[in-house]
Amino acid sequence: MSTKQTYRDEFPETARAIRYLLAAAFVSVGVAGLFGMLQALFRTDYLRFFSNSDYYTILTAHGVMMAYFFTIFSLVAIFAWAVTRSLDRPFPNPKFTMGWVWLMIFGAVLTLITIFGKWIPGLPLKADVLYTFYAPMKASPTFYLGLALFVVGSWLAGYDYFRTWWSWKQDNPDERIPLQTFMALTTMLMWYLSSLGVAIEVLVLLLPWSIGIVKDVNPLLTRSLFWYTGHAIVYFWLLPAYLLWYTVLPKLSGGRLFSDPLARVVFVLFLLLSTPVGFHHQYLDPGISQGFKFVTMTTTMFIVLPSLVTAFTVVASMEHGARQRGGKGYLSWLRALPWEKPEFSAMALAGLMFAAGGFSGMINAGMNIDYRVHNTIWIPGHFHLTVGTAVGLTLMGASYWLIPQLTGKRLRLTKLAMVQPYLWFVGMTFMSNAMHRAGLTGDPRRTADPTYQDVSFHGIVGSMGEMRMQIALGGVLLFVSLLLFLAVITRTWLGERDGDIRVNGVIPPALSGPEDGPRVLDNLWLWMGIAILLVIIVYAIPFAGLIGQSGLFGSSPGVVPGWILSFG
Amino acid sequence: MDIHRYEKIWIGISLLFVLGLIATVTYGAVGAGVKTIGNQGGTVNPNDLQNTPFGNPGVRKVGPNHYAVYVVARQFYYQPGTGKPITVPAGSDVTFYVTSADVIHGFEVVDTNINSMAIPGEVSKFTVHFDKPAKYGIICNEYCGVGHGSMQGRLNVVPQSQFNLTEANQ
Repeated sequence: MSTKQTYRDEFPETARAIRYLLAAAFVSVGVAGLFGMLQALFRTDYLRFFSNSDYYTILTAHGVMMAYFFTIFSLVAIFAWAVTRSLDRPFPNPKFTMGWVWLMIFGAVLTLITIFGKWIPGLPLKADVLYTFYAPMKASPTFYLGLALFVVGSWLAGYDYFRTWWSWKQDNPDERIPLQTFMALTTMLMWYLSSLGVAIEVLVLLLPWSIGIVKDVNPLLTRSLFWYTGHAIVYFWLLPAYLLWYTVLPKLSGGRLFSDPLARVVFVLFLLLSTPVGFHHQYLDPGISQGFKFVTMTTTMFIVLPSLVTAFTVVASMEHGARQRGGKGYLSWLRALPWEKPEFSAMALAGLMFAAGGFSGMINAGMNIDYRVHNTIWIPGHFHLTVGTAVGLTLMGASYWLIPQLTGKRLRLTKLAMVQPYLWFVGMTFMSNAMHRAGLTGDPRRTADPTYQDVSFHGIVGSMGEMRMQIALGGVLLFVSLLLFLAVITRTWLGERDGDIRVNGVIPPALSGPEDGPRVLDNLWLWMGIAILLVIIVYAIPFAGLIGQSGLFGSSPGVVPGWILSFG
Repeated sequence: MDIHRYEKIWIGISLLFVLGLIATVTYGAVGAGVKTIGNQGGTVNPNDLQNTPFGNPGVRKVGPNHYAVYVVARQFYYQPGTGKPITVPAGSDVTFYVTSADVIHGFEVVDTNINSMAIPGEVSKFTVHFDKPAKYGIICNEYCGVGHGSMQGRLNVVPQSQFNLTEANQ
């Protein structure tokens, strides 16, 4: 038995902040998951007990709570753990840390009150604008303000990571940056650079417009600013999962990371390439030239590279672990892996689904094929594999391993925990596969009731009825899986601290350590400089063009709230 | 930097794969001629569509066997398209000009690869060719408000011999 203290005992105050963040993440995923199932059943016409208008409120809440709150609350928590663990020191000022934790929670609550405002009598707040909030569809100012405070909170979290590293560096001037800290810092640099788009969109354009200080906004400019952030934010969600795959999954497999230097190269590539890709969400937008779209297409395709490198390193590390556990043969070593441990199976299955999601992403990135899938239900089929499983299921797996270390309580309801990742995998297979196929028929996304008098969809493989049934079935299985997860976590959290927590936070060194890679990899400012340069090359001219064409505030047509129903 | 031989091979294959993906897209654009929507449509004042070609949307003849179709998307219909179908002759080139009078909409012709955003202030311009007569459905694929799910229209491709420009715009 290890005599090493748990994380909670070593860093009680940082552990407390992390517990707050994870609690906020779990509440978000629970409510958002329920809404997800209700949408799946509504859209497929199996269960309808609310109006079309409420469908879009629920869709807005699902997107905001899953894509912003569950992911970002979780990832700032994972990074907080990773930075303090790998630097072996807590955040310097617990009051400052709790300050940004509460700021993020306050921002999230303000945004949610606005979204649900239409259901609260006497509250003049509305935000049926979905999580992309494209202008000139308008939400109440508190929607934008809440999101802005939430993002500012994430910036301050990054400051905590950096200053903990700066203080460590003074004590260890000649050491390489520990790998987990390196990953958190490069990801935060990417986030500082990429969140500028939505920060400008919200603070300079949408918030003043929503309050009524400015009359119009330029719809294409706000949309382009959104997508400047909107694709990089996908990597902001994904990179904590990569951190876990690189540093925790090899240990859970029974081995060690294959290559530390290549892990650093991968994170540097994500810092460089994550932001100058946003126009690939706008291939079918007028007002942006084909040339700029083509440049973005090439940067998007190159971002496949770090993920392919990751696939090799992570699988090689797992194989190394399996062979340490007695695994043999070309493929039969797979059987030697601890598939009964939910923290392992969740991450491994998440990685497998990410491979499928990566391939559908390469199709989305193809400028000419995109006509066929753009804004069809293929797209949510794609991102429920990537963010919905690669990120979501990895975070669940990490929770099974981290919550005991953060609370000092062993995991309970372990049989339910053992089943949960597999149930998620099966549910997502049904739902995502059917969504992809339905998308190929032209079935649109974000629609309460995709049945039309004038239009019918023709399945290439399978019928529409069969696809809708699979979407509904998958949605229900996913929600049941989520309930199992929340039951395990809640029971664990409410349990007693009764000795051995049965996991330890020790992470063995990589087979090929940082000394095998050049020191220049750790020069964060160099990589940040190149990243800024790439953003200027890809975005400066098109943004100048957009502002030149229609001005900063543009000429959007009057005030058109999304909830006004006006036919004819 | 010390990289395992197998991993070097893998990275090499990955690079070729990425270049291959870019090559297929390039071929699609240059070889097969599938152009991406660009900024050729220009801009328009969405508060003053009346004094633009969108003031009188519909089908125009712009050349021998070449037609232009001006479409305005609104909450929650297409003008023309909803109620009265857009009618064009088979075997001709058709250039679409699509804009929005209010919020962002989509313009998707089901069973074809016609798919475009309709953004207020911007004109989406793209040219398509219909080989054979057919009846297609048009749907809005960008959330545009509570009536979004019902926003639809029709596009009829009729034989050359049955096409009459005046009737198409009635």
